[in-house]
Amino acid sequence: MLVIDDLSKQYATGDTALRGVSFTLQPGQLLGLIGPSGAGKSTLIRCVNRLVEPTGGSIRLRDVTLSSLSGADLRKARRRIGMIFQEYALVERLTVMENVLSGRLGYVGFWASWFRRFPEADIERAFALLDRVGLMDHVDKRADALSGGQRQRVGIARALAQDPELLLIDEPTASLDPKTSRQVMRLITELCAERGLAGIVNIHDVELAQMFLPRIIGLRAGEIVYDGPASGLNAEVLTRIYGEEDWKKSSQSEEETDSAPAGVASLSLDPAAVR
Amino acid sequence: MAVTIGNDGVKHWTLLTPGQQRWRWFGWLALAAITVFCWRIMTADTIWAFVWDAPRQAADIFERMLPPRWSYINQLWKAIWDTINIATLGTLIALVLATPLAFLAARNTTPSVLFVRPIALFIIVASRSINALIWGLLLVAVLGPGVLAGIIAIALRSIGFIGKLLYEAIEEIDETQVEAIRATGANRSQIISYGIWPQILPAFATISVFRWDINIRESTVLGLVGAGGLGLALEGSLNTLAWPQVSLILLIILVTVVISEWITAKVRKVII
Repeated sequence: MLVIDDLSKQYATGDTALRGVSFTLQPGQLLGLIGPSGAGKSTLIRCVNRLVEPTGGSIRLRDVTLSSLSGADLRKARRRIGMIFQEYALVERLTVMENVLSGRLGYVGFWASWFRRFPEADIERAFALLDRVGLMDHVDKRADALSGGQRQRVGIARALAQDPELLLIDEPTASLDPKTSRQVMRLITELCAERGLAGIVNIHDVELAQMFLPRIIGLRAGEIVYDGPASGLNAEVLTRIYGEEDWKKSSQSEEETDSAPAGVASLSLDPAAVR
Repeated sequence: MAVTIGNDGVKHWTLLTPGQQRWRWFGWLALAAITVFCWRIMTADTIWAFVWDAPRQAADIFERMLPPRWSYINQLWKAIWDTINIATLGTLIALVLATPLAFLAARNTTPSVLFVRPIALFIIVASRSINALIWGLLLVAVLGPGVLAGIIAIALRSIGFIGKLLYEAIEEIDETQVEAIRATGANRSQIISYGIWPQILPAFATISVFRWDINIRESTVLGLVGAGGLGLALEGSLNTLAWPQVSLILLIILVTVVISEWITAKVRKVII
């Protein structure tokens, strides 16, 4: 469905962010992208919706070559690619509803969006999404009045309001606490499964990636050094991605500390239970 | 910062190296010398007899100003109304013109950093570099005396002020919000209206009322050059040495400014 071929990106400063990255994403597949800071994860997913211009290679979504589009065609292609951001990237001074409806901007004209006169179907869809992510009580609140986890859910609802076929998810849990992180990841994977969406998830937390994402690509210095199932992430592979470190010991102790809050989470604040 | 190693091998730290210290001392010396020099030039042409006489003169004028001629206010209502109109309409015109200008001048929204931005910046600087009073002088010569010249003078001066503060606000926005809106497939104008406009709205409102507040003050003196409003009455009274009228006008200007200050504070509170 998404075919990335020999993608490379060199910034004007001379830094090479990506070199010869190629992989194929199947429909409905969730892909985790891991790697050290500066490995090019963010650049890679921003090349897909052209927030960053690639300098070489090609990106194809179904039969559309994303890497050669411009103007109205590019905007049309972007409508079908939802994006979820690390720091939520909500428009802070707009309400939750306006933020979700901003996912429909590609489908309505300027004046309709300026006067907030979105089609009835869009508003219904927004209500349904807010209900699904458990924010029905916060529709008219301003985005900056919400907590981190709630904001990220608005971000998810906005991306889904676009009616996308592909989701680009950039460090969705980096600003969240461990419990909320799990809830948000669970919500994302559930929603993708419900809608048969394919997605690329940039993620720092290897444990979380293994827990929720079936396929993992490891990026190091702009090159793919691992592409395989999450179960294949052993100490040797992690060293190849991140460099030398005592992986066994750290992952064991993390599992011990992680298991406790997970139990508490299911007791109190499951996203499904909230609504 | 300077680290030196003394004879005993211990590290010493001072903020400045000895060389920098010498330069700093020299700088202060130069400043003192310039001050003395300027004082000499300033006093060379002063007629000291007048200066010694100043307190008595001031007391004399003040005495003649009291009490203000209260009945004169009935001739001033029109002038007050004109002054407020000059300030308000001038500010509105400036807002309409300065907003697009600010988007053209801001580094992150300008269509072209090389061509459009310098032109927009030049307009802003040109407008700011000329005082409203001088704009008024020019416009009265072009348009003839009256309120219209005042309104345009205020507008021309305000464009630069509003444009500058607004484009700085645009350059300080959070780009990730803009990126998020761009990623939805929004077009250019939608990116501005959803990604940028909500972020600069508080700055826009504060700048507008702030400038309106300044313009009330400026429009009270614009009449001095014939551009209508209270200044016109002030000039007339000054020329005929009608001090009780002058004091009344000054009092009215004070009250107007206090009221506009109060409105500005209220509006700001509502927005932020």
